[in-house]
Amino acid sequence: MRSCGGGGAAPLGPMNAPVKIACRHVWKVYGDDPSRFFRDGDGGGGGNNRDDGGGDNRGRNAGDVPDNRALWEEFEAAGHIGAACNVSFEVFTGEIFVIMGLSGSGKSTVVRCLSRLIEPTAGQVLVDGEDLLRLGARELIEFRRHKMGMVFQNFGLLPHLSVLDNIAFPLKVQNIGRPQREARAREVIELVGLQGREDSFPRQLSGGQQQRVGIARSLAVEPDMWFLDEPFSALDPLIRRQMQDEFLRLQKRLHKTIVFITHDFLEALRLADRIAIMKDGEIAQVGAAAELVLNPADEYVAEFTREVPRARIITAGDIATVATVDAAATLDGVGDSGDGDSTVTDARIDAAATLEQLMARLADHPGGVTVQRGGETVGRVTAVQLIKALAARD
Amino acid sequence: MKPADRRRLAAWLAVITVAAVCIALRGRAPWLLDLPPAFVVPVADWFNAFMVWFIGAFKWLFRAANWLLGWPLAGAQALLQWLPWPATMAAFCALAFAASGWKLALFAAAALFYMALTGHWSPSMNTLGSVLVSIPLALAAGFALGVAAHRSKRVDRVVQPLLDLMQTVPTFAYLIPILLLFGFGPVVGVVASAIYACPPMVRNTLLGLRRVPREALESGLICGATGPQLFWWVQAPSALPALMVGVNQTTMAALSMVIIAAIIGGSADIGWEVLSTMRKAQFGQSLLAGIVIALIAMLLDRISWGFADRAGRGAAAAGRSRNHGRGGRGGRGHGRHGRLKPWLLTLIALAIFAGATAFIPAARVYPEAWVFYPADAINAALRFVTANYSAATDAVKHAALFYYLLPLKIGLSQAVTPFSWGVALTPGLVWGYAAAVGVIAWRLFAWRGWRPAVAAVVGGGVLYFGVTGLPWPPFILASTLLAWQVGGRRVALLSAGGWAFMLLTGVWAQAMLSVYLCAAAVLVCALGGGALGVWASANRRVSNFLRPINDTLQSMPLFVILIPFLMFFQIGEFTSFLAIIAYAIVPTIRYTEHGLRHVPAASVEAAIAMGCTRRQLLWEVKMPLALPEIMLGVNQTVLFALAMLVITALVGSRGLGQSVYIALSNADPGLGLVAGLGIALIAIIADRIIQAWSARRKSTLGIA
Repeated sequence: MRSCGGGGAAPLGPMNAPVKIACRHVWKVYGDDPSRFFRDGDGGGGGNNRDDGGGDNRGRNAGDVPDNRALWEEFEAAGHIGAACNVSFEVFTGEIFVIMGLSGSGKSTVVRCLSRLIEPTAGQVLVDGEDLLRLGARELIEFRRHKMGMVFQNFGLLPHLSVLDNIAFPLKVQNIGRPQREARAREVIELVGLQGREDSFPRQLSGGQQQRVGIARSLAVEPDMWFLDEPFSALDPLIRRQMQDEFLRLQKRLHKTIVFITHDFLEALRLADRIAIMKDGEIAQVGAAAELVLNPADEYVAEFTREVPRARIITAGDIATVATVDAAATLDGVGDSGDGDSTVTDARIDAAATLEQLMARLADHPGGVTVQRGGETVGRVTAVQLIKALAARD
Repeated sequence: MKPADRRRLAAWLAVITVAAVCIALRGRAPWLLDLPPAFVVPVADWFNAFMVWFIGAFKWLFRAANWLLGWPLAGAQALLQWLPWPATMAAFCALAFAASGWKLALFAAAALFYMALTGHWSPSMNTLGSVLVSIPLALAAGFALGVAAHRSKRVDRVVQPLLDLMQTVPTFAYLIPILLLFGFGPVVGVVASAIYACPPMVRNTLLGLRRVPREALESGLICGATGPQLFWWVQAPSALPALMVGVNQTTMAALSMVIIAAIIGGSADIGWEVLSTMRKAQFGQSLLAGIVIALIAMLLDRISWGFADRAGRGAAAAGRSRNHGRGGRGGRGHGRHGRLKPWLLTLIALAIFAGATAFIPAARVYPEAWVFYPADAINAALRFVTANYSAATDAVKHAALFYYLLPLKIGLSQAVTPFSWGVALTPGLVWGYAAAVGVIAWRLFAWRGWRPAVAAVVGGGVLYFGVTGLPWPPFILASTLLAWQVGGRRVALLSAGGWAFMLLTGVWAQAMLSVYLCAAAVLVCALGGGALGVWASANRRVSNFLRPINDTLQSMPLFVILIPFLMFFQIGEFTSFLAIIAYAIVPTIRYTEHGLRHVPAASVEAAIAMGCTRRQLLWEVKMPLALPEIMLGVNQTVLFALAMLVITALVGSRGLGQSVYIALSNADPGLGLVAGLGIALIAIIADRIIQAWSARRKSTLGIA
């Protein structure tokens, strides 16, 4: 069921934030004439007898192309190559949405479809409800100038420009005068901690510094949406770690809507509010880190989660919600009406606490602990549930 | 043996059988050696008829262009003639200094002073004037074409084969239609040179634009750059290093063609100086003038390369120099003006200097009395050498002719005579030769398989019957079979079509003469250049010694290379042979050294760790891995040899080059076209076969 895993995105975000980017049934197919597979009604597609009642003939905006493997096989048989297959997900305002996948899984294609660096073959990309794919060339340029920032794996700096000029480049493109754009560029340089290197050229900088330039440049226009395509993959492990911390620090200040691409599951876990796992151009599963760890949609996702330090990823809230279904009511009843004393009030834990923290608490209160979120009781956790959650699954 | 191999071998055996039959029959059927005139398709006549019509219809257009181009040309030449020589010298020094520093500036001063000293100032300035006009034309056209080809696949498809033709059709052949269209005069040289110099710029523009990193492009797009912004602010600057390499190559090509265009006369430039004295066998004079050309070539090469090198080393170096001596804010504006100012200052200083010296007569025109022109002394020295050492030079010449060139040309069957070899070719010797070839082939078969064995048989046959004694059916068959086995159907079609063209247009005999001389020179280049390359790859000092020589030889206009050989060996095939080798050996040396030096380090380390001796390391590890690269060098050598081959028609080589030269003298565009295309086709066929082999070998070896 990998192909419909995309439907798992909840209508409301974890932070109750509105949807910023909605990627709907996006396909990217390479070949001589890929769009013919998405034109319904004409025979060119070679037996387009799919069971959609939509009768859709809007070309690539076919929002209701059914997600089946048959279509994929059909165009591969015709010598076309699929890079993104019916990809759907939503990104909420202010969240860090990580797309994780191995090389060739289509994750870079997807983020480029979001910015139309690659034209999707079919589907919709809605930003604040507006379909990006319907924008004309001029409108797209305007949109990119103000709404988007992107960071590239190999930095994508311009070798002939100094750090300052590289960072001011997006503003230069908008014909903003030199004094203003340099002033703004210096602000961002300060933000990423590159003071003193303004006049250096990219080749004189280390990889980490170059990527700081890339980050500063992408932030120069104060975009709403921030796309990062494996920004730290080309860096040494130590630097990578440091840059991740700084990235989180920046996001705390800036609250951008972020789509972050990585092939490193641990990086995804560290950074993500939610993670989409891609495989062969399709989304295998979308969910928060703990969701993927606790309920992997298939073997493929499970394979990634196997090495994960579960005790640090899964929270008390995650297993408490599981527990409520069968036990919460009775437990609550017992706790309130029975003793009603200090043991219960003492044995509380916040839902966001990791299992690691929960362990310490459970050691003191073998009978169980009440899990609360924002002062409200969510459920209860016992040592047995803890052990079950931590036990590796075969 | 695999079935596929068996089929290939069978095909070769069939070709060898056909060859044997044709050779046996060639006495009775002379059409096997060359088609009788009745069968020749009169392509040349058709083209001449077309040219007559075309000239009649469009002459006014080209004459107008001639008139239009005459203005900047006359202007540039008048300016250079008017400028006092110290001012011109100072200007070149400043340019050389900006390009690479003091050493080059000194060289520039010395080079320009030589021109004044030997009394070649005026023709030199005329040549420089032509170059100055043709370079911008070539650069602009090349850049525009390159950009267009980058933008549109359709343009690219048209441009690519056009570039191949422009670079392989001999330069003399260009001149004929241009001469007819533009009329007599110095503009012809400029136009021909602009056309000839355009391809390197197109190629480098394309290359540079293609190599712009995808992410740099995307970063521009995501900022919302418009089309022109993206091009001028992202693509063009990122492609700058390649563009500057294009400028360098275009400059050298433009100079080369301006010099060659002297052959049509009409301009008092330095090329004409060399050519006219060479024709009169005044070698001292032509050597002195030839040195001017060599100096101009080196100077232009080093200056344009200096700028290219800077662009290539990138903004890094420029940034460092800019960072010095200032800090903090506002520095940027400083740096900017700081860079512009010296330019302005230099220009102003130069203008003042020129203005001031213009009133000094000795500076205005270099005085006659100061001229040092030792042409007669050189001639006397040369006479002395030829008088006393001609026995030695003749011995060398005759040895090469009798034991190498003639056997290749007419075959051992005719070259071995009591006069030349001291023995007559008895049946016993013939059988002995055949047996030797057979034994060698058999040993090779046992050692390395059927391919070298077939090569030995074919080589033995060619050596016995001579390139010019080969009937055309087996020649075309063998070439096409090779093309097919190495490069597939397209290369095979090219081979068959190309040779058929030469056969049917009646230039087969000339083509075979060219093939023979080219093959003779390339063989020497491949062995000698390969050996030098191996040596240079093993020894830094040799490499450092060879590099400037190679650079100089390669930037030299082709005329100049003829002079020294002509001085000692007179007119004839041997002089052509040597001149071709001198020019064409360079790429083999370079590619061999480069290929051997860049063998994957891991393979070399592994071999050393296994205990390979140096010899084993070279022959068992490095050579096989470097061979595809080395063959690319040999490929370049073939192309260079064919280019030089045409020029050597001036000193009496025969073949297609001679035909082109005759066509030029008679203003016969048809013959020029047919013979020129013949050269181009030989070059392209060889190029495609070798490239295909190299690419296949590389992919088998899993390297790039």
